[in-house]
Amino acid sequence: MAPTIYRFIMRHSARQQVLLLLVTVASFPVLYYTLELPKIIINEAISNFDPETTLFGQDVGQIGYLMALSGLFLTMVVINGIFKYFINTYKGRVGERMLRRLRYELYARVLRFPLPRFRKVSSGEIIAMITAEVEPLGGFIGEAIAQPAFQGGTLIVYIVFIFLQDPFLGLASIALYPLQGYIIPKLQRRVNQLGKMRVRTMRQISDKLGETVAGVQEIHSHDTSALHLADIADRYGDIYDIRYEIYRRKFFIKFLNNFINQLTPFFFYSIGGYLVISGQLSFGALVAVLAAYKDLAGPWRELLIYYQQKEDARIKYEQVIEQFEPPGLMDESLQTASPADPVAIAGTMQLTNVTLTEESGTTILEGVSCTIPLAGVTAIVNAGGGGTEDLAPLLARLTVPSSGSIRIDGRDVQHLPESLTGRQIGYANASPYLFSGTLRDNLVYGLKHRPLRPAVPVPEVLARKRQRLEEARLAGNTDHDVDADWIDYEAAGCDGPEALAVRLFTILRMVDLEDDVYDFGLYGTIDPAQRPDIANGILEARHAAREALAHDSLRSLVERFDRDHYNVNATVAENLLFGTPVGTTFAVESLSDHPYVRRVLDKAGLTSSFLDAGRQVAETMVEIFADLPPGHELFEQFSFIDADDLPEFRTIVQRAGRDGPDQLGEAERSRLMGLVFKLIPTRHRLGLIDDPFKDRLLRARRVFADELPVELRGSVELFDEDKYNSAASIQDNILFGRLAHGQAQVANRLVRQMIAGLVDDLGLRTCLTEVGLDWQVGVAGSRLSAAQRAKTALARVLLKRPALMVLNEATSGLDGQSQTRVHAAILEERAGRGLIWVLHRPGLARMANLVLVFKNGHLVESGSFADLQQDPDSVLRSLLTNE
Amino acid sequence: MLADEVQLLKRIPLFAKVEPSRLKLLAFASERQVFQSGETIVREGEVGSTAYIIVSGEADVLIQTNHGTMTVSKVGKNDFIGEVAMLCDVPRTASVRALTNVDTLCISKDLFYSLVKEFPEIAVQVMRVLAQRLERSTRLLRERAAPAANILTEGDGV
Repeated sequence: MAPTIYRFIMRHSARQQVLLLLVTVASFPVLYYTLELPKIIINEAISNFDPETTLFGQDVGQIGYLMALSGLFLTMVVINGIFKYFINTYKGRVGERMLRRLRYELYARVLRFPLPRFRKVSSGEIIAMITAEVEPLGGFIGEAIAQPAFQGGTLIVYIVFIFLQDPFLGLASIALYPLQGYIIPKLQRRVNQLGKMRVRTMRQISDKLGETVAGVQEIHSHDTSALHLADIADRYGDIYDIRYEIYRRKFFIKFLNNFINQLTPFFFYSIGGYLVISGQLSFGALVAVLAAYKDLAGPWRELLIYYQQKEDARIKYEQVIEQFEPPGLMDESLQTASPADPVAIAGTMQLTNVTLTEESGTTILEGVSCTIPLAGVTAIVNAGGGGTEDLAPLLARLTVPSSGSIRIDGRDVQHLPESLTGRQIGYANASPYLFSGTLRDNLVYGLKHRPLRPAVPVPEVLARKRQRLEEARLAGNTDHDVDADWIDYEAAGCDGPEALAVRLFTILRMVDLEDDVYDFGLYGTIDPAQRPDIANGILEARHAAREALAHDSLRSLVERFDRDHYNVNATVAENLLFGTPVGTTFAVESLSDHPYVRRVLDKAGLTSSFLDAGRQVAETMVEIFADLPPGHELFEQFSFIDADDLPEFRTIVQRAGRDGPDQLGEAERSRLMGLVFKLIPTRHRLGLIDDPFKDRLLRARRVFADELPVELRGSVELFDEDKYNSAASIQDNILFGRLAHGQAQVANRLVRQMIAGLVDDLGLRTCLTEVGLDWQVGVAGSRLSAAQRAKTALARVLLKRPALMVLNEATSGLDGQSQTRVHAAILEERAGRGLIWVLHRPGLARMANLVLVFKNGHLVESGSFADLQQDPDSVLRSLLTNE
Repeated sequence: MLADEVQLLKRIPLFAKVEPSRLKLLAFASERQVFQSGETIVREGEVGSTAYIIVSGEADVLIQTNHGTMTVSKVGKNDFIGEVAMLCDVPRTASVRALTNVDTLCISKDLFYSLVKEFPEIAVQVMRVLAQRLERSTRLLRERAAPAANILTEGDGV
């Protein structure tokens, strides 16, 4: 990367900068004329019109002359405006393009950082640098060359003018420039240092902010919010001090500069005046010089501002770049090298004197030498003292040894491109990272190395797309299309999407994730227009479920939706809508504010019952939750009311008690009524939903559906026995009702079994699993359990069929039964291909062809399992007896 | 309904002296569970962490002996099953099987503890009742053990 911002500018935008400069210079005459013409208009056309004046040899008269000049003035103004517009947008474009290039280069560098580097820089710092810190550089880059040239040029023109009037005064006018040139950078240096400090402090703050977000649970569980507030306040204080100091110094520089600038006129008045009095200089010349000098101040000030901006940008650039040039940065070619490289991972892996040392000097692995055949299973056993978990990333070429070498078939792995190691070597550990998106996205993630088939072209956006790719090239960005199809089906041994889907199911079964995905499918939703096959199947399941649920053993477990009956296991809101809200219009939180809902309640004579029930709910909540601290778990789980809103409801309840509910304002009434919508009679057991209430609510349900205005129809998907409800989950669609509250665990299991039976009978299991693949895994896979994440990572590696698979205690988070199943499946799948497995239990070494036992970072023994087990003195044997 | 459940809780000696608004919270946050006749509510030997108060219905209390399962007693409305499980994780000392449909209010250990943590006066009331029981059983034990005093003294050293 360019070491300074100027080199960066010249390397990547020299042509644009020169063009900018030329256009700026070309705009000079126009600018000059827009300033000059008004003078000519006043002097020659208005006050002292010379009747001899002609225009292109024609006598046009005074008015004609005036009009011609005025027209010319207008033209010049327009041309000048166009120049300015062009220059400014061009500057902006150059700046943005360079900024884009810079950010892209920085990000590309992050992708090439050696892994241990990430222990030292936090994500917060990297984010702050790439986003906020470089932002002002874009604006500067556009001005970097043109601005000083323009202002400097103007300055020189004025100085030359003064010199032509009188060399003495000319000298006087620039006499103090050397002084300014000496003092100001000196003062500026301290400001620069402060600027650096500010950048550093700000980085630490963003680091702390990131830490707070990541560790917020610890903060709550230890009541340390005060500590964190104090810490951040202290850091903000540092920033304040630094910035204040910068302001003081910056404006002092301005003050000093202004003073020196005013010192020069002092010389003009005194010396120039003396010269005029003594007759050595004409009065007119002095006036002209003074006027010219006044004009000097403008460009001089601009130059000073530019100087300060330049220093600022220089520091920012250097400080950012410095962070992105860590030692051991991966060579760029390793990432960009052609994937068509015929080299394969095969033969043996030779470790020669491999040593891994932490920066603190701690030795993790020392002098490890061995040969691992790549076809077959190699188990690595930790006999205490660690080191093995750091060996696995080395073997997968994720990290490189501090000394010694790892060779595959004689070639040092350090020089193998990622297009080889990232495709032919698979690596999984126990706590993998998942990217936000669907489960499917995460599974096929390992197949997306390069765009393979262009995206289906959409004619309307084709031109736009081409333009975008061209612009990306101009900014030095990749021209790979992110919308293209990146999936390498061949790598997964498939010939297309259908075969891949089948393969995915096989792999889900291997890693024991199929049932989980089926469950995700049950909670998932589908669009019946897109998948009519699934929707129809689910409707069939619904009809079968109706019959099954009519059976005695299940009858009491599910209460089905029935247009003519109140469902006591559903909320009042669901009972009223008799459907699922789509979007926020009829969301339960805002239902009582909706005018249409209120009209329906009025019509059914429910308004006062709602108010009354709402008041009782509020009273009960205020009574029983009053003494709990806000944020208490019971609040979160059970209360209808947010802890923050409790005082408000207390006031409402008090007022309702004192003045009667009729005296409450509209907002308060709406809040009380809103509580009722959340009630589920069988769960909350408040005894507020009696038979007359239910009858009236059924009437309201009919009114709601019958009179629903056309524009609101899209906001609710009504329950309909014969129609698939796209807003509800698949499970809800099958049950077409609610699980009864207060049923023992056994009952829930029975219902699930019933659903599973129906799904299997109708051959829907695959469909549901497919829907389950669209499950959103959440940020970092937070919507999956740790075991599910580990299984997903295993599946991801198995799917790409690497020549060598390295597992780093990857199954340690799975439960015992699951482990047994998954281990067997992995061994079967990997039969005849390379598998290096860092074990979490020594007993698992039984399945390996070669066992390597490590202790305190040293390889202490190796051999076949049988040999080591029989050797009475072997470390493995003692490990096995202790297990 | 909630009000009835509060009355029910009040009849349980352990809660008799606890403030009604706390009992209301306890009842509100607890779940109702229905067991069909024949279903097992708690199983002997399993570690439980939930106590059940029977709202309606009847159930058999069974223990395993060398000669098979034996019914030792019956429980019904207002009876409290497994109250110790509400205080600590212990294996159930007997099984309870529903004889009719049994409607229960179940109080989990977690819920009870989070209430106690917030309102220590509940703990004081419960402690008092437990202490009285302890005192009574110690007294009973002493009375019954008096004839076998020798054995007890020997056992002290163990």
